[in-house]
Amino acid sequence: MRPNDRKYTESHEWIKPDGETMVIGITDFAVAELSNGNEGDLVYCDLPEIGRVLEAGETFGEIESVKAVADLNCPIAGEVVDINTATEEHLEILSQDPWNAGWLVRIKPVAKSLDKLMDAAAYEKFLAAHKH
Amino acid sequence: MKHTPLHALHQRLGAKLVEFGGWHMPVQYGPILEEVKTVRSKVGLFDLSHMGRVRVTGPERERFVESLVTCFVGKIPQSAIRYGLFCKADGNPIDDLLVYRGADEVFLVVNASNTAVDLAWMREHLGKHDARIEDQTDSLAMLALQGQESQAVLQELTRDLDLASIGYYKFGFGTVCGLKHTRVSRTGYTGEDGFEVYVPASEAERLWNELTRVGTPRGLKPIGLGARDTLRLEAGMPLYGHEIDATHNPVEAGLNFGISFAPEKGEWIGRAALAAVAKNPVRRLTGLKTAGPRVPRQGHKLFQGATEVGYVVSGSVSPTIGANIGTGYVPVALQAGAAVELEISGKRQAAELCALPFFSRTRK
Repeated sequence: MRPNDRKYTESHEWIKPDGETMVIGITDFAVAELSNGNEGDLVYCDLPEIGRVLEAGETFGEIESVKAVADLNCPIAGEVVDINTATEEHLEILSQDPWNAGWLVRIKPVAKSLDKLMDAAAYEKFLAAHKH
Repeated sequence: MKHTPLHALHQRLGAKLVEFGGWHMPVQYGPILEEVKTVRSKVGLFDLSHMGRVRVTGPERERFVESLVTCFVGKIPQSAIRYGLFCKADGNPIDDLLVYRGADEVFLVVNASNTAVDLAWMREHLGKHDARIEDQTDSLAMLALQGQESQAVLQELTRDLDLASIGYYKFGFGTVCGLKHTRVSRTGYTGEDGFEVYVPASEAERLWNELTRVGTPRGLKPIGLGARDTLRLEAGMPLYGHEIDATHNPVEAGLNFGISFAPEKGEWIGRAALAAVAKNPVRRLTGLKTAGPRVPRQGHKLFQGATEVGYVVSGSVSPTIGANIGTGYVPVALQAGAAVELEISGKRQAAELCALPFFSRTRK
C-alpha cells in the first residue's frame, strides 16, 4: 500500500500537506514507468523557479529518461516556495525514495482542499484499472 | 496488435513490450544502455520478425523491382544486398528497404510500419510485369545477431556454410539448427558486424533458444528495440519516420549510395524529382552532439542566436560516444563543427553539428 498521508493524481503526482504549505512529488509507479527499474535511465529533471504561480493541472517541469520525457503537473493551484535541487542533481534519489527525499516542489496553495484528488486506495484502484 | 512467433517468449523473459509499427514488440529486456553496451562489446540477439519480408519471383522480377526502387538492382552481384528506397514521383520515400539479389528471386526486407503500404504500392505498379509478389512476413521469422561475437555464435549452429566466406552485405544459404536452406545475411542496423537469419515461423523459438544456449558463454543477451534505435543512430543509419518520410527525401538525407541515376537502370518512380534535388539541395541531414543533460528529440528546433536554422529528427543518449546525440536537418551551408543551440521546452542547450556516423565498425 502506498502512503495514505497524501493524495494522488491520474498523472502520477502526489501532494502532501505540511503545515501552511504542500509538498509535491511523483509516485513510485511514475518513476518505474520512466526508468524501468533502472535508476541510471533517468537523465534530467527540470523544476520551476521559486515564486512561480501555478494553476491546477499546469505543467511546472519535466522529467526525462533515456527514452521518454514526462510532464510534471501541479495537482492544485499555488505558488512555488521551494524546490528540491538535490533531486534535480541526483535523479537516483527518485528511484530510492520517491515519497520523502525525492520530493520535487513545495507550494503555498491558493486553497487547501485536496478533495478532488485520489487517496491511496483510489490510486491503487486507478493503477489496477489502467494496467497494460 | 500483431504478435511475432516469439511474443510469448519475450513476455517470459520479462521484456517491456510496446506497440511498434502495428506489432507488440520488446522495447527492452533490461536497462537500455546496458543492452547497447552488450552489442558494442559482445553480441546481442534481436527478434526482427515484425519487419516485412517480400519475395519477388518470375522472369521480370528484376525489371519490376528496378522500376520502383532507387538502387540499381541489375548491378547487384549475385548473392549480394543493397540499400534502396521506394519513392513517390515527388522523390519522397514511402519506405526504405534492403534488396537481396538471388539466383531466382529478389528478396526485400521492409519496415514493419510500412509493409502494407509497400505491398499495395508493389501490387499497384506490377502492371504487365511477369512477376509474382509473395508476402513472407507471417510465414518467416527474422532473428539478428549483432556484435563482434556474432560469427562465432552462429557458426556453432551452422553447417554447409562457412560464415567467414560471407562478406558484408552478402548472403548465403546453409543448414542452421538443422534447418536446411536457411537464408543468412551479413547485415544489420547497429554499425556492428553481424547476421540476419530467416527461418520458418514455427522454428523461431527453437533457433532463439539454441542461439541463447551457445551464445550465453560469449556474453550474448536479448536486445530490444530501444537499444536498437540507439545503435542505429550511433551508426548514422536512417529510420523511416525520422530521417526520411513523406517530406524528407533520401538525397538530402545523405543516402546517395542507395540511389542510382545511371541511364542503364532505366526509368524509376521518383528519379526526375530526386535528380532535381541532387542538383539543388536546400537542406542536409547532419549529426549533432551536445554536452548538456537533455537529450535531443524529434521536433526540437535548432538555433544560431535568434535565427532558427533547423530541427532535430532523432536523438538518444549515446553510451558509446559518451554524450547525447541526434540527427537533424540544417541548411546545406551549415557545416560540421558549427555551434548551434537546441531549444527544449523554451530553454536553450549548446550543441555542435558533426559528421555521420558517430560510430561504425563495419564502415571503417
